Amino acid sequence: MKKKLTKSVEQKGLELISILFALTLWQLAADLIVKNKLLLPSFTDALASFLEVIENGVIFTDIWVSLIHFGIGLALALVIGIPIGIIMGWFKTANRILDPLIEIIRPIPPLAWIPFAIVWFGLTHKSAGFVVFLGAVFPIIINTFTGFRSVPRVYVEAARVLGCMRDRDLIRYVALPSALPSIVAGIRISMGIGWMCLVAAEMFGVSKNGLGHKIWWHYYLHQMDAVLVYMLILGLLGLLIDRSFRNYTDKRLLKWRSGEVI
Amino acid sequence: MGRVKVNSVSRTFKKEDGLSTGALDNVSLEIQDGEFLCFIGPSGCGKTTLLRIMAGLDSPTSGNLTLDGVAIKGTDPKRGMVFQEYSLFPWRTVIDNIAFGPQMQGIQKKDARRMAEKYLELVGLEQFKNSYPYELSGGMRQRVAIARALANEPKVLLMDEPFGALDAQTRNSLQNELLEIWEKKHVTILFVTHSVDEAVFLADRVVVMTSRPGKIKKIVKVGLPRPRDRTGAEANALRNSMLKLLAEERKG
Ligand SMILES: Nc1ncnc2c1ncn2[C@@H]1O[C@H](COP(=O)(O)OP(=O)(O)O)[C@@H](O)[C@H]1O
Ligand SMILES: [Mg+2]
Repeated sequence: MKKKLTKSVEQKGLELISILFALTLWQLAADLIVKNKLLLPSFTDALASFLEVIENGVIFTDIWVSLIHFGIGLALALVIGIPIGIIMGWFKTANRILDPLIEIIRPIPPLAWIPFAIVWFGLTHKSAGFVVFLGAVFPIIINTFTGFRSVPRVYVEAARVLGCMRDRDLIRYVALPSALPSIVAGIRISMGIGWMCLVAAEMFGVSKNGLGHKIWWHYYLHQMDAVLVYMLILGLLGLLIDRSFRNYTDKRLLKWRSGEVI
Repeated sequence: MGRVKVNSVSRTFKKEDGLSTGALDNVSLEIQDGEFLCFIGPSGCGKTTLLRIMAGLDSPTSGNLTLDGVAIKGTDPKRGMVFQEYSLFPWRTVIDNIAFGPQMQGIQKKDARRMAEKYLELVGLEQFKNSYPYELSGGMRQRVAIARALANEPKVLLMDEPFGALDAQTRNSLQNELLEIWEKKHVTILFVTHSVDEAVFLADRVVVMTSRPGKIKKIVKVGLPRPRDRTGAEANALRNSMLKLLAEERKG
């Protein structure tokens, strides 16, 4: 155990030094140069504030609520976005019907929908989820569509001569697996955008809890150390979500691509 | 049975500028059950087009085709195809690639896999059962593609320059293996190649085609006993006569 630890310290030495150096710089800048907790809380301020929100448990409620918002939005984006992308990618007529509608709605920034989200859903989880959904759904549609459009013709023809003839089967057994890398990439983009929309939606008061909401709340109370803690939590959580998703897809869904240089 | 009849098949492609390319011009041909037929001709003379029409992936502009007296329309598992480029599904393991055809015939995945193993053995790749295509060499990929096509027990196997991208040694051993499979499985093979050597080694008859639009220039019967000697005197003579026919096309 100890050996393992020293070994990983040796291996990650440079990275560790870099982080420690940045933290020290931060602490010194806050204590000696800025000397104003409002403008720049120091590292130790942030740490103390972090321990406090952990101790009283507030942070866990906020994380939980934010994850619910995010989950609702992303799940909806997947359930709606992937089928739309498939239909548009596979059937030319469907593409001609849906494309103009999507191109009109897509350029509207998701946050511009917040008033309607509140009018429609009130200050509920649904409301925040809706804003996340609007941010997440378009990258999924577009990447699914592109993935379907770039299915190599030879795979479809090979499947057809092997007796796979119905659209349904060709989509399920050929186009979908072939497009999966592109779809997965779209989901990753969606998660990033959805995460941003989540914070903004919660800040604008679409919700009464959550990480984004708390940032705004502490800002009003001029507790910038807490604001910073919530910012860092948002960053870490975002990173964690992205990493675990990539890990899962690389190990399970896209194992067959390990030979390719991406 | 696998008797193929091609009746005055022509195919022209319309281009965007309104002009059209003639790819095939009035091709008529009769292929016996269990025959090994090679097509050879200048590049762009319509060999791939003819094979695709026989597979049902393309249709003739005029003329028609039959398999055992039944009109060919659309694709059918009775007519298998091995493509020129690598066509294995990269997201499926070797065994699942081979099991694809039976699975599409409605056979349960487990049973389809069991059937596939037979064909995996036939091409000698048992150790690679659970590998993904990216882990295989070019020769192994084409072996799997052959096994995959055979798993549907087709009457006709259409092969479009399947060994074109392989090195000479791999190519020779795959030719030998293909002949063994052909003898074992009693399947009609229609094989496109640009190599005269390959045609003389493999075929019962060789169809030499003219340059575009492709017509049949001559059908050469290769009466050599099998197993064949690649460098025998008769093989050389046949090769030379075919090369002469092809040279005429290149000039004209
Ligand atoms: N889908 C297509 N659209 C337009 N032209 C085509 C198409 N497929 C083939 N051709 C043309 O038909 C001719 C014959 O092509 P092909 O059958 O691939 O020749 P080969 O396999 O003998 O080299 C070529 O001139 C090619 O450009
Ligand atoms: Mg060709």
